[in-house]
Amino acid sequence: MLRLSARIAPALRGAGLPFLPVLALTIMVIGMGIMQPRATSYIGLQLILRFVPPMIFAALAQLCVITASDIDFGIGPFISLVNCIAATLLSSHPALCFLLLAAGVAAYGAMGAFIQIRRLPSIVVTLGASFIWLGLALLIMPTPAGSAPDWLVALAHWRAPYLPLPILVGVLAAIFSQWFFRMSSYGVVLRGLGSAPPFLRDAGWSLVVARSALYALAGLFGVISGLMLTALISSGDANVGTPYTLLSVAAVIVGGSSFTGGVISPIGAVVGAFIMLLTGVLLSFTPISSDWQLSVQGLLLLLVLGLRALSRRHA
Amino acid sequence: MNVPQVKCVATMVAAVLLIAAGLTHAGAAEQKSTAHMKIALSNFYAGNSWRQALLKSWSDTASQAMKDHIIGETKIVNADNSAIQQSSQIESLIVEGYNAIVVDPISTTAINGAMEDACNAGVIVVVFNETATVSCAYHIITDYVEDGRLQAKFLGEHLKGPANILEIRGVAGTSADVDMHNGLADGLKTYPNIKIVGAVYGNWTQTVAQKEVAGILPSLPPVQGVATQGGDGWGAYQAFNAAGRPAPIIVMGNRQDELALWKTLVEKDPNYQTFSVSSTPSSSEVAFWVAQQILAGRHVPKTMNLPVTTIYKNDLDAWLKITPVGSLALTLFDQSWTETLIEAANTGKPAPDAPSPFLSAQ
Repeated sequence: MLRLSARIAPALRGAGLPFLPVLALTIMVIGMGIMQPRATSYIGLQLILRFVPPMIFAALAQLCVITASDIDFGIGPFISLVNCIAATLLSSHPALCFLLLAAGVAAYGAMGAFIQIRRLPSIVVTLGASFIWLGLALLIMPTPAGSAPDWLVALAHWRAPYLPLPILVGVLAAIFSQWFFRMSSYGVVLRGLGSAPPFLRDAGWSLVVARSALYALAGLFGVISGLMLTALISSGDANVGTPYTLLSVAAVIVGGSSFTGGVISPIGAVVGAFIMLLTGVLLSFTPISSDWQLSVQGLLLLLVLGLRALSRRHA
Repeated sequence: MNVPQVKCVATMVAAVLLIAAGLTHAGAAEQKSTAHMKIALSNFYAGNSWRQALLKSWSDTASQAMKDHIIGETKIVNADNSAIQQSSQIESLIVEGYNAIVVDPISTTAINGAMEDACNAGVIVVVFNETATVSCAYHIITDYVEDGRLQAKFLGEHLKGPANILEIRGVAGTSADVDMHNGLADGLKTYPNIKIVGAVYGNWTQTVAQKEVAGILPSLPPVQGVATQGGDGWGAYQAFNAAGRPAPIIVMGNRQDELALWKTLVEKDPNYQTFSVSSTPSSSEVAFWVAQQILAGRHVPKTMNLPVTTIYKNDLDAWLKITPVGSLALTLFDQSWTETLIEAANTGKPAPDAPSPFLSAQ
């Protein structure tokens, strides 16, 4: 028991509000307001942050997998697949559509169980799965087409009172995921899978169930992300989700989580999603060419990791 | 015809002329100043010579227009082959207060939402090069179907009798690739003796085309013709050469390396036949002037067609002389050419021919 607490202690130390990401986001928002005052108005934020919600849920999906000290290289294509299914079937056959999406979540759960039982590296399995997702998406939709039902589009363009919709979604997603992973009892168990699996097993929990639960949750967040994306682009495209694979990893890590040990920050992942999107926006407000966007996002990632390594050494 | 009739006709002609003159005059007078306005270009890919030419063409035109006080500000944003990024960038441009956004869309549907946001915010949206299904935008459509048809016609006329051809396609899933493929298939219906015996995706990139053609060649019977999409002719020749096969009619795509290769082939064998066809990246220049004209208050139809640039044997030397290494044959669409295009589209006439660059070069 003593050793268990020694293992979990660093995880707890990293808990709470992720200071660095929140500070970074604050600076970015202030900078944006100075460069382009219109951007911080209600309507400005509504437009600029429009593509944040699918990114948030992509990041949360990745967070679930990273909780298990795994990594998911297939979440982007999975979101594309959800997008193609929704754009094809959601209007005409909603029941069938939800059935297929549920099957997608189940497939994710099965993938988790498979990785646990066969003790396979998650990178290989999820990368393999990514080709299946992409293949299925291309099968459903060889070229971009389809449409989103009106209610879904209306939902995505809803003008919420006081707070622009993307911020509202962010706040709700942060509260829910923070509660689930850090306060609910099963959430704590799931984090144990990433930090100390042998102890979890000794305590009588099934590792297979735990890992497949985390993966199924990742699948569920992936489905939510894909539906939100469908609402925004009101069509289906088998390639549209691809960038989410790496962006989601970046958002989670920028948000203060670690690749291993179940050290995660759900709020941080949501903040990270905002940061990844806003770097592009901020850059576009400066005279710097947008060709640099990827490099700047990469530099930001290195900067955050560097700062974190520094602060950990001093701690 | 008696005298009163002649008079009557004359009066009518005069009246029509007067009305026409009045209309033209009114059209000119309607032009608002766009000196304080901002026009942006949203492009989705910048990684090959064709795209670099497209961007250069825009920045040359737009910065000159700024110097001439025709517009107030311009900007180029490049999305890295990502629909999400391109959408996000368009939303940012709206917030920045751009009056018009010219878009080369990555997908026929995926960035429609962002373009609709722009329309709803009162921003003029002009779609060019690739196509998108968004209805509130203005569309400048490069006639890629014609590109394919011209190739079918040339191959059909020069490959007498039964012949096999290899088709090199572009980037899978793009509207340009589908259009060129359909144009070729449609054009070949006239020549039932010609069979497409193989097809590969060359991604409009010489190295990719070379690799793909090299891969498929061993499985093919003798090939007499190669239909291409531009940026793949040089690579295709390298593959044929390496396999020890004689050079077939490889349709070139206006890139400098392809034109130079063509010249070498003709020097080796004066009877070597081919031609070159490609869309022209200075379509960005047309799109710029169309956006400017719409902002100036001119009536512009929602859809306009842009011709492709063809090069035949007689003009090869002249084109090679004015095409820099690493670039491609560039038709220059200036403001006045764009105005004739708009005029033709408004009156229902076919689009004017692409302007010849030699007039200005000489």
